[in-house]
Amino acid sequence: MQQLPDATGHFGQFGGRYVPETLMPALLELEAAYNTLKSNPDFQSEFQAYLSEYVGRPNPLYYAERLTHALGGAKIYLKREDLNHTGAHKINSAIGQILLARWMGKKRIIAETGAGQHGVATATVAAKFDIKCEVYMGEEDIERQALNVFRMQLMGTKVVPVNSGSRTLKDAINACFRDWVTNVRSTYLLLGSVVGAHPYPMIVRDFQAVIGKEARSQIVEKEGKLPDCIVACVGGGSNSLGMFYPFYADAEVKLIGVEAAGESIRSGRHAAPLTAGSVGVFHGAKCYLLQEDDGQITPAHSISAGLDYPGVGPEHSYYRETGRAEYVPITDAEAVEGFQLLSETEGIIPALESAHAIAYLRKLAPTMEADQVIVVCLSGRGDKDVYTIANELGVSL
Amino acid sequence: MTHRRFNRINQKFQQLRSRGTPAFMPYLCAGDPTPELTSKLLLTLEAAGADLIELGVPFSDPIADGPTIQRASERALTHGISLQQILAQVATLRQQTDIPIALMSYYNPIFRMGEEAFCQAAQEAGVDGVIVPDLPPEQAEPLLAAAPKYNLATIFLVAPTSPPERMQRIASVSTGFVYCVSLTGVTGARAMLSEEVAPMIAELRNHTDKPISVGFGVSTPEQATQAAQVADGVIVGSAIVNVIEKHQDDEEELLSAVKAFASELAAGVTSRA
Repeated sequence: MQQLPDATGHFGQFGGRYVPETLMPALLELEAAYNTLKSNPDFQSEFQAYLSEYVGRPNPLYYAERLTHALGGAKIYLKREDLNHTGAHKINSAIGQILLARWMGKKRIIAETGAGQHGVATATVAAKFDIKCEVYMGEEDIERQALNVFRMQLMGTKVVPVNSGSRTLKDAINACFRDWVTNVRSTYLLLGSVVGAHPYPMIVRDFQAVIGKEARSQIVEKEGKLPDCIVACVGGGSNSLGMFYPFYADAEVKLIGVEAAGESIRSGRHAAPLTAGSVGVFHGAKCYLLQEDDGQITPAHSISAGLDYPGVGPEHSYYRETGRAEYVPITDAEAVEGFQLLSETEGIIPALESAHAIAYLRKLAPTMEADQVIVVCLSGRGDKDVYTIANELGVSL
Repeated sequence: MTHRRFNRINQKFQQLRSRGTPAFMPYLCAGDPTPELTSKLLLTLEAAGADLIELGVPFSDPIADGPTIQRASERALTHGISLQQILAQVATLRQQTDIPIALMSYYNPIFRMGEEAFCQAAQEAGVDGVIVPDLPPEQAEPLLAAAPKYNLATIFLVAPTSPPERMQRIASVSTGFVYCVSLTGVTGARAMLSEEVAPMIAELRNHTDKPISVGFGVSTPEQATQAAQVADGVIVGSAIVNVIEKHQDDEEELLSAVKAFASELAAGVTSRA
């Protein structure tokens, strides 16, 4: 199997390092540190120990029997990332990266957040490892994710509001890069997704790959075979890539990434660069993105703050271009239906991000046979989204 | 298409070097506050003593820029200004001025147009050089292949964090001049000139005899003098954009305030002892 990314940080034509020179030495330093630690058994066993004792891994691969029967068709298993400490998959990479930051001697952590799940995960590990932490968050996201803002503050993190541009995730990442350019010598940028300049997409993928590794052995144990299909939502793409990557070489396993179609693809108000975007360079990497003909970035739109991003990771861009994975759109309205469906059939309230993956099952599962198997990444729990859903359903809390 | 034997940026630095004078290089964000005023501001800066103009192409996500140039970019983008339109504007300006012009653009607008098409269009418009703040030499192969065919200078940036081996690589692919980023940070006016400048330029001189210009954070005539003592050129951006922002609603005041401030900066640059 070809090793990706290549030595220059590219996945085919995608990825690379398109950043101000000030950051180049820091990215090279990070890459060297990571390459050393990747094969260091002490580092790996420390990472595994925190995943098991602090995060609560392995989490279950759960057979969703009522959901399966409700949809009629393939057997559906849920990879329960929602059961992790802090309620989402983001903690996997946050643990790995803070160990990396500590090993590199960095005294301060900064992070971006959209839905607030990565911000909470970062605030959590910063508290646990006693490292000063600031999280950048768009003002629009602060309004729709007030609960997560307060959780971060409770753990001693400073949440910095970002009021430029679209006041969402993309602008929080801009603000993060600006902070990092200024404080690069002392500060570790703890990116939450498989985006940004090399080596970030590789590092975040490797730490998130625990999702797919566990799911792979769990499904073999339960079903005696690999799944026919894997489904996961894609914003920047960290839970999906963590799930997909360990199955990359299993050509018979179909990989399906679910993007946020917002109001609809045709409306232009969506967050689906792999479905309806084009190739460009954004936030340090070449990738698919939403842009005007003249190269200005178009703001994304999604009901889910965690998917509300105009770019996508370079490795997903590569999977799309090579056809290794398929990417499909799910609208805001369909995601709300998916949210309700899982709540009602399984007693599991999913994050709005994960609800996009659930919603796609309504289209996919009935087209498959009863002896076929779908594994879905349930990337997070939905407590943070209940106000948004109530609002959508016309309920006042 | 007219072919020039010399690049205007190279010519300018040769002239200034033979006179022993450093270059004053103000920055404008194209389209701020309006596309019409950009042309007038550019000619005003020339009249005030600018030796070269750095013309910014506004971008939706300017990660190397502080709040001043972010706001200028947002103002410019409300007019829907594009890279193509900016090139057309430079072409029109070329009927009135021969001042060297370097475009400063984030990479994505150039990538979208295609390096070859961009370099050709830039030359035809009368642009002399290009500065791409998010394009390190590692990713610049397509630009470096196209630019020389169209006599377009490729100006790369050196930062205080660049180790000597990177300085050497950056200087070797730079043409026109090398852009020395004065501080670890984004663009924006500062109270003091960074103490990192002098040692950085001293190190950089070990690797190149190309002209070196200092930018980021140079804000006052006094700082311009300090920077000119160690560099061949002094770039002032945010401090000028602040003046533009303040007077954006009154054209007459805007042009006279910019002229007054730029004249002071130009005097600061040329008064190095």
